[in-house]
Amino acid sequence: MKSYLLKYVLQVIPVLFIISFLVFFLIFIAGDPVALMISDNATPQQIEELRESLGLNEPFFVQYGLYMQGLLQGDFGTSFSYKQDALQIVLEKLPNTLLLGSLAMLIAIIIAIPLGILSATRQNTAWDLLISGASVIGKAIPNFWLAIMLILIFSVTFQLFPVSGSGTVMHLILPAFTLATGTAAELTRLIRSSMLEVLGQDYIRTAKSKGMSRSLITYRHAFRNCLAPVITITAMQASVIVSGAIITETVFAWPGMGQLLVKAISLRDMAVVQAVVFVSAFAIILLNFIADVAYRLIDPRIKYE
Amino acid sequence: MVHSHTEALKPEMSYEVARTIHPITRWMRLLLRSKTGTFGFVILVLVALTALLSVLLAPYDPTLLNARNRLVPPFWSDGGSMAHILGTDHLGRDILSRIIYGSQITLLVSGASVIISAVIGITLGVVCGYYGGGWFDAIVMRVVDANMAIPNILFMLVIVGVFGTSVPTLIVVLGITGWIAYTRLIRAEVLSLKEREFIRAARSIGTRDRTIMRKHILPNLISTCIVVSTLSVGGNIVLEASLSFLGLGIQPPIVTWGYMLNEGRDYIATSWWIATFPGVAIAVTVLGILFFGDWLRDVFDPKAQGRR
Repeated sequence: MKSYLLKYVLQVIPVLFIISFLVFFLIFIAGDPVALMISDNATPQQIEELRESLGLNEPFFVQYGLYMQGLLQGDFGTSFSYKQDALQIVLEKLPNTLLLGSLAMLIAIIIAIPLGILSATRQNTAWDLLISGASVIGKAIPNFWLAIMLILIFSVTFQLFPVSGSGTVMHLILPAFTLATGTAAELTRLIRSSMLEVLGQDYIRTAKSKGMSRSLITYRHAFRNCLAPVITITAMQASVIVSGAIITETVFAWPGMGQLLVKAISLRDMAVVQAVVFVSAFAIILLNFIADVAYRLIDPRIKYE
Repeated sequence: MVHSHTEALKPEMSYEVARTIHPITRWMRLLLRSKTGTFGFVILVLVALTALLSVLLAPYDPTLLNARNRLVPPFWSDGGSMAHILGTDHLGRDILSRIIYGSQITLLVSGASVIISAVIGITLGVVCGYYGGGWFDAIVMRVVDANMAIPNILFMLVIVGVFGTSVPTLIVVLGITGWIAYTRLIRAEVLSLKEREFIRAARSIGTRDRTIMRKHILPNLISTCIVVSTLSVGGNIVLEASLSFLGLGIQPPIVTWGYMLNEGRDYIATSWWIATFPGVAIAVTVLGILFFGDWLRDVFDPKAQGRR
């Protein structure tokens, strides 16, 4: 277990390092942020002073060194549009995104498990066809369009939910459902195929031949054994949820990281952009790690290497 | 969907067909046996034709403003007319014409970017797989890991924030963020391919590595490449539309489906048709690609069906 943890950490470090380099490289190319940070009637001398104080006159690798030094101390720089520590701003928005994301994930799982099992146990029936068809369509519909259509139907026409904003549980339902559909579709397909594979195994035939009830076979013998791949893919969907959140939050004006990012990019507030990239990368890596551990706990056949 | 063409995929059957008839006819027969595959193919052909023949098909100039015809609903609604079948937007532009022209950018951007991704991804995948375990492989695989930890759209937003938006930028951005899908699959395939006898034989008679990769390995990867490319086109359509929707993609006056949705969003309470039809166009196109891609995968790898 210890060596496994160590190995995992050793793999994560270069990943974070590469991300930091890529982001720095992009922002270095983006060029001078000074023009955005200083008022239009600043003297050339003031501009020069600010450049000097930000270390922008140093060569590439010196600047990279300074940047990494800041990163390691948790310093992502100061947002010029919010006049605040960038990481602070992102961390303030993080709980909202986590709330939306986890609710979406929960909805997706609640939808996907029964549908996936149903279409596998009733393979090639109308049920199966309907569910498989729905899951392909769920994958094909882009979530920004789905968001607009949900607003059109539930907020504008039936006035059941608020159009956008935050504050109440009602504000959360449409965005969470929007975010959940893609993941639900993917998980349904996965559970179906993984169940079909398990249902073809010998021990299922044995259970059937000894007269075990259908539901007991399905839930105790088959479903449990198809959980391992499902958990891995669920964790991998974290990255889908994060990217979905960027759009969903913007459409529904949900005050999370995604909305913050889109605003920061249109303002070219690169300190905030960096902080969002790191926080979400970190969250995704962490979730994948948890999934990896869960995978090993569920399936004892997999050894820690 | 999975079972509908089970019969079509028995290897001996396609082999028999292959002996007697022209390959194109054989492919068409295989395609027609799958309802979803046929559907996907028809959609793709229709979208491609629409893009090619936009000038002939569109009833109006897509950027033509008409202040007297603002927010006209589609023809079946009250106040709509056959003059604007799908209605007009807030500036009086014909929506059908805009959707027809929008298909050009959609296909151009997603198609061109997939070519870039494929070239980068296949090259890296083959080299990494062939020299698996070496330092180059290790570096590329870490970059792949890093890329997996940042959702593509996040990375693209950063690049767009830095370089601004234009059609070529967007193509390059989609291209250089999309190679991961190829590299991972192809590397895995090459790792197993290179242990096969024919590769060992080639190596033992002193064939150069570059020749082995080009002449012996690459041809065996064609089916994987085609499947990944098809599905990537679908993914890129959605990504391009997402960026345009956020207002950070291709800018007007170029017509894109994503930007049409962005504009329509503001009028959703009064004029539902502006945001609805471009979304239908995106969803149907992507659906077609998914169906066609699934069919291709089944045809190339009959063992894989039922596993997804």
